[in-house]
Amino acid sequence: MIWSAGQVDLPSGVTGAWRRQLVWLAISIVAFAVVARVPMRWLEWATPWIYTISIFLLLLVLVVGGGPNTRSWLRFAGFSIQPAELAKLATILLLARMLGSRKEPQSRLFELWRPVVAVVVPFLLVMAQPDLGSALIFVVILVSALFWAGTPLFTIFMLVSPGVSLILGFSAAVWGVWFVVVVMGLYLRRSFMAEAVAVALANLAAGALATPLWNRLAPYQQRRLLVFLDPDVDPRGAGWHLIQSKVAIGSGGVTGQGFGLGPQKRLAFLPEQHTDFIFSVVGEELGLIGVLVFLVLLAWFLRRVLRVASESSQSFGSLVVFCFFAVWFAHLVINIGMTVGLMPVTGLPLPFISYGGSFLLTTFVGLALVCRVAYET
Amino acid sequence: MTGGEAARLSRGRRSRAAAAVLFVVIVILAAAFFRLQVLGGGSYELQSRNNRLRPIPIPAARGAIYDRDGELLAESIPGYSLSLLPAPPDTARVTLDRLAPYLSLTPDDVEAILERRRRNPQLPVLVRDDLNFGQVAAVEERRPEFRLVVIETHPRRRYPAGSVVAHVTGYVGEISEAELDSDEFVEYEAGRIVGKQGIERSYESLLAGAAGTRYVEVNARGSIVREFPSDLARAAEPGTELHLTLDLALQQFADSIFPEEHRGAVVALDPRTGEVLLLYSHPSFDPNLFVGGISEVEWAAIRDDPRQPILNRAASALYPPGSTWKLVLATLGIRGGTVGIDTYMPTSCRGALQFGRRAFRCWKPEGHGPLDLSSAIKESCNVFFYQLGLRLGLDPLLSGVDGLGFNQATGVDIPGEISGRFPPSRDWYNEKFGRRGWTEAVVLNLSIGQGETEQTLLRLAQFYSALATGESPVVPHLLQSEALQQVREDWAPNLPEARRRELVSALTRVVNEPGGTAYWHRPREWTLAGKTGTAQNPHGEPHSWFVGFAPANDPRIVIAVIVENGHPDNQTSRAVPLASQVVSRYLGSEGIPPDRALEDQAPIPVPGVSAVEGGVQ
Repeated sequence: MIWSAGQVDLPSGVTGAWRRQLVWLAISIVAFAVVARVPMRWLEWATPWIYTISIFLLLLVLVVGGGPNTRSWLRFAGFSIQPAELAKLATILLLARMLGSRKEPQSRLFELWRPVVAVVVPFLLVMAQPDLGSALIFVVILVSALFWAGTPLFTIFMLVSPGVSLILGFSAAVWGVWFVVVVMGLYLRRSFMAEAVAVALANLAAGALATPLWNRLAPYQQRRLLVFLDPDVDPRGAGWHLIQSKVAIGSGGVTGQGFGLGPQKRLAFLPEQHTDFIFSVVGEELGLIGVLVFLVLLAWFLRRVLRVASESSQSFGSLVVFCFFAVWFAHLVINIGMTVGLMPVTGLPLPFISYGGSFLLTTFVGLALVCRVAYET
Repeated sequence: MTGGEAARLSRGRRSRAAAAVLFVVIVILAAAFFRLQVLGGGSYELQSRNNRLRPIPIPAARGAIYDRDGELLAESIPGYSLSLLPAPPDTARVTLDRLAPYLSLTPDDVEAILERRRRNPQLPVLVRDDLNFGQVAAVEERRPEFRLVVIETHPRRRYPAGSVVAHVTGYVGEISEAELDSDEFVEYEAGRIVGKQGIERSYESLLAGAAGTRYVEVNARGSIVREFPSDLARAAEPGTELHLTLDLALQQFADSIFPEEHRGAVVALDPRTGEVLLLYSHPSFDPNLFVGGISEVEWAAIRDDPRQPILNRAASALYPPGSTWKLVLATLGIRGGTVGIDTYMPTSCRGALQFGRRAFRCWKPEGHGPLDLSSAIKESCNVFFYQLGLRLGLDPLLSGVDGLGFNQATGVDIPGEISGRFPPSRDWYNEKFGRRGWTEAVVLNLSIGQGETEQTLLRLAQFYSALATGESPVVPHLLQSEALQQVREDWAPNLPEARRRELVSALTRVVNEPGGTAYWHRPREWTLAGKTGTAQNPHGEPHSWFVGFAPANDPRIVIAVIVENGHPDNQTSRAVPLASQVVSRYLGSEGIPPDRALEDQAPIPVPGVSAVEGGVQ
């Protein structure tokens, strides 16, 4: 318990942000204390209700929400919350309940329709905000839950293959190769006919739809994806984030510029330095040494979470914990990866380190569940 | 329970797989940071610097300009500028309103400043850049009231002699768009102060010095955060001091005696070196007005003044040379053997020369009677020179004059000089008037410096310098420099020395013999030799010319004067007394011993009173 709380590093860059974050931390600790005392069975029982509420909030935010570029924030009592964060939690719980109650893991693709629907609904609602990064997390939740529930890897492969088609659809040649691989796979695994035809058709459709869907993306999202491929496409606009982040990290060198002294951050060249690009600040101010310390701490923490998942005796709790492991891991990879240009700029926060109240709260609730599962084992 | 065990086992495998993925990914991330921070660290460190450091030029103090005696003509003094740091509009307005009485800002000024602030709200806005020490002190005393105010010093040009030397020094101003695009100013940035006219312009590269650089740290919005001490910073190198050949005292003297209501110019050269001793154009302007940006109203007043004070009438204005031109004819005539100094023309002067159906007049209606060349110069007889021109013939006249360089400029080292104009050949006339549109009669007008010839004052002075010394004409220059002491050998008159001396003695008679056209204003102590001129022109009364040199036998000064419309009748020349006084003043100040016998130094009659004796032409 203490190891987790000790990971919180308050962002000092944005004046006043750390005060609000302290308030959120207090709230989160209270929530942690409360949730950690709730038996997992109660939670399993309440899951459908939580899920329903979160879907309702997602619908509500589409109507009355606010925020920069996207409608993802709900404001009340002076605080802004992101319903998408609650929806992640709810979706994890619901998937865990669905998959954990089964004795045998599903291997047939069509048997997976219920978990798929449970994920697709919030996924689409978040996409509509539009928040590409958070939507991606729902895919991670689905894949990780299925993986941990024992679904064969090939079944998961079949499930996500249309998604890959969607991405590769821009290049006819690459997509063609991919489609041949999928069809060969289907043939070699001797899949059921209906399943195979459905997957193949879905791949075809996704490849064909890629371009029209791309055109429907918000221009800022298109730019972010393009900039991932080449930051110099738009050095003053979307590429600015990435270039400045690399400059900040690179100028940190081995030992860094000193805590609180990073000029890139201090002079506001680094955007979103307290949320999305907080790790760039770590790189600039604490250097490679600081980066490695943080990476080792985070890896160690995730390893502990994974161990809780694998040692748990109850399938519901184990699934929940593994899903949180996967979500945090995805956040870590995407957030840190984008600061060095390995990942597209998506605006996903870094667990325990970034500023962001709703996310901190969800993280602590997740942590509470992990602790509860560990306690119940 | 076996199913559960199986699930648990497979879960262990999955857990190990997940842990492996976690490990690999963390290693990849660490490697990415290693690549960026260790392998690429240097270049990113540099980028980070470029990001936040902005070079700010430190203007160099321009080199001072001195006259030949070390008198100051232009200097750089500390100027004070006052700027307002970025602030909300209301705060800026309140501060400006409070500053107004100390800086003598009008409400219009305040509005203009606020407008500039609106265009660039992130940057400090310049309030005034021409403050004096008193104004700065007044603001500094009330520092607590004016926390947004920044006062900086920068070099500021000052011309102590003001309008007297304005056409020589020129003035400075902010570099223009066109100048920024030109090759000459390739290393200049917008906002730099550059020489615009005169010496300031022609020796810009020497005077400018090298601007220094300081570095400030800025944030992403471009606001200045602080001064950044950097090893890249450079102090400004002040420009080179220039010493001119000009004599400020002489210049001021010319200014004091130039008839105020007339326009015109006075030029004096040292005929041995080409040093310009005096270059005065009237009316003039105050070059100090241009420093720090001239106001629209002041500029309009200067630009739209019908008297054109900006125009340099010594080098950039063309005038018909009038009778001063007769020495060009005499030179060509003697050189070609057409005439000697004592040659008489077939027709003696009866006030006009009949040519074809037209009578070409002499200035003296009753006529000069028979005259040889020397007396024709002395009395400036047109009829003699009409005949000399005819005897020379049109083509030799045109090519001879062209060969003396009268279609070119002197090459003086200030910008804006224009070339003289003289028809180089018959083709010129054919093109202008058509083959049948003109007759050989043009020779007559050209012979007396009228018609299709126009020259600058400086160009005539250059020609007379060759007559004075017997050498090639010198190239006039204002900067003291051996390298600039050049001659135009190709323009040499090539007169045998004896013939030249005869011409000089004729010029001496003009000033020093009763009946000479400049006799009434001869200097009392030195022998001035020269030629008067009365240039008919379309702008009213004739222009009054005088070009000459003194002392006649060992010339130290060539003087050329033009007074526009300065010759209202046949008796009064405004140019001759000016030339005479300037020459006396200069030779006196240089300690040149008088070369005229004392008995000749009789009191000079008051001009105009007994004008019957000798009109001037």
